[in-house]
Amino acid sequence: MTEQTYDNFADHYNFAYLDEQTKRMIRRAILKAIAVPGYQVPFASREMPMPYGWGTGGVQVTAAIIGANDVLKMIDQGSDDTTNAVALRGFFVKTTGVEATTKTSEATIIQTRHRIPEEPLKANQTLVYQVPIPEPLRKLEPRETETRKMHALEEYGLMHVKLYEDIAKYGEIATTYAYPVLVNDRYVMDPSPIPKFDNPKMHEMEALQLFGAGREKRIYAVPPHTKVESLDFEDYPFEIQKFEEPCALCGAENVYLDEVILDDKGARMFVCSDSDFCEDRRENGHVGHMAANPITESENRGADA
Amino acid sequence: MQTSEMTQTTADASEDLPLLRVSSATKYYGDRIGCKDVNFELYPGEVLAIVGESGSGKTTLLNCLSTRLAPTSGVIEYRNRQGAMRNLYQMSEAERRMLMRTDWGFVHQHASDGLRMSVSAGANVGERLMAVGARHYGDIRSTAIDWLDRVEIAEDRIDDDPRAFSGGMRQRLQIARNLVTNPRLVFMDEPTGGLDVSVQARLLDLIRGLVSDLGLSVIIVTHDLAVARLLSDRTLVMRRGHVIETGLTDQVLDDPQEAYTQLLVSSILQP
Repeated sequence: MTEQTYDNFADHYNFAYLDEQTKRMIRRAILKAIAVPGYQVPFASREMPMPYGWGTGGVQVTAAIIGANDVLKMIDQGSDDTTNAVALRGFFVKTTGVEATTKTSEATIIQTRHRIPEEPLKANQTLVYQVPIPEPLRKLEPRETETRKMHALEEYGLMHVKLYEDIAKYGEIATTYAYPVLVNDRYVMDPSPIPKFDNPKMHEMEALQLFGAGREKRIYAVPPHTKVESLDFEDYPFEIQKFEEPCALCGAENVYLDEVILDDKGARMFVCSDSDFCEDRRENGHVGHMAANPITESENRGADA
Repeated sequence: MQTSEMTQTTADASEDLPLLRVSSATKYYGDRIGCKDVNFELYPGEVLAIVGESGSGKTTLLNCLSTRLAPTSGVIEYRNRQGAMRNLYQMSEAERRMLMRTDWGFVHQHASDGLRMSVSAGANVGERLMAVGARHYGDIRSTAIDWLDRVEIAEDRIDDDPRAFSGGMRQRLQIARNLVTNPRLVFMDEPTGGLDVSVQARLLDLIRGLVSDLGLSVIIVTHDLAVARLLSDRTLVMRRGHVIETGLTDQVLDDPQEAYTQLLVSSILQP
């Protein structure tokens, strides 16, 4: 049954859903984006069989670069098994027949919604970001004509107005995600809503980073080994989030943690947002303070009985 | 700060050379005249008022001068800080925009056009500093506090939105925002319009003080002859897009030569 559906799909749709002309168009935009790091290249974004906001930009970029031999990993907020990741992984497995993986190290293309994997990426990998609003200046300047001009003339004072406002209101730079960066000393870029914890990973990354915004019809890129600098003030330097405790399941430190509420009495735990990284560590014998321990589990059961 | 001191000396040295030279500036809107054949020179430290009734072309002229609207013909030249006379409309857009946010100021009639209403007063004043590369929060903030003080806005209002300000305060904030980079030339479009009389008087007093302290050159557009009288050294009277009379302000207002200027002057109620 499944086999039959797949065959039907291949009969009616091109490899990776998009037609070859569209892929060519997107590849041209990608090439231009790589040539001008951080510059937003307009492209003729297509309607995709999923709503805007689900990653239509990222999906089009992935569809344009994926080949039959690629290994695809799809993550949503660091996790391989949330709705967005599962749905988009299913989409590509169905339309391309490529192998999917949850292992960061095995993937050649990683499409991500709002995280960079904890494990450092390598030169043979490509990271594709899903971007909701590509324009970092948008909230401060609503006119597209004006923001384009500001990029062209490197008028980025306004970006610091936002950071100034943060400090004036909260005593620190309170922007925690989509933290603006300066790419290759030229373009100010929105890194998509990744936590600012991930910003330093973009700097001099070995892997190619591509960004796709479907609704806004923009593609931009950070080529491998490119300088990516988070904006800040001399007396308020850029800082990443710090966590007071390690991951409750695998005991990892210096990773980005999600807060999980356990009951309505305020109990909570902090666990790795990168689910693959966490599983890997647990397989290798790392145990956090709230991880289920087989021995104590059985003892508890014995006491109850 | 250093650059401004430096330029102060160059400005002094070129005191006798015009800062702005306008030669037959003309703007047509289709067949209709916006302004036609306007010629004048503006010298450093001089305040020039452009007066006339609504529709006389005052604002068109101001927009042409301030590179906000390209004239149909004519030449407008500005002497930059290096002392070179540059044709504004032959400069690159990058240079013009740089001029707009460093060397020049533009005070709008409606403060909401000239301010960022959704960011705090401090950020409004600091924006130009950040635009020219200031990256030290403490310095930016203390400069902002200093400027708010100079325009009589209390220090504890620095983190409030301009939305929370009265009309007069907004206008003063707009002035502070423009003057923070020590501009040499400020354009003002009816800066006292829409304010009540006592607030107007205080604002005019403030502008007059700042202009003389900073040695600013100002081109001020107004339909209010009292504003021209109080602030300006020289006055240009416009009617139907043409400059019909020009001269020292006292001379023009006390001894108007043109029939229209006489009408304008006599239409003011004398208390």
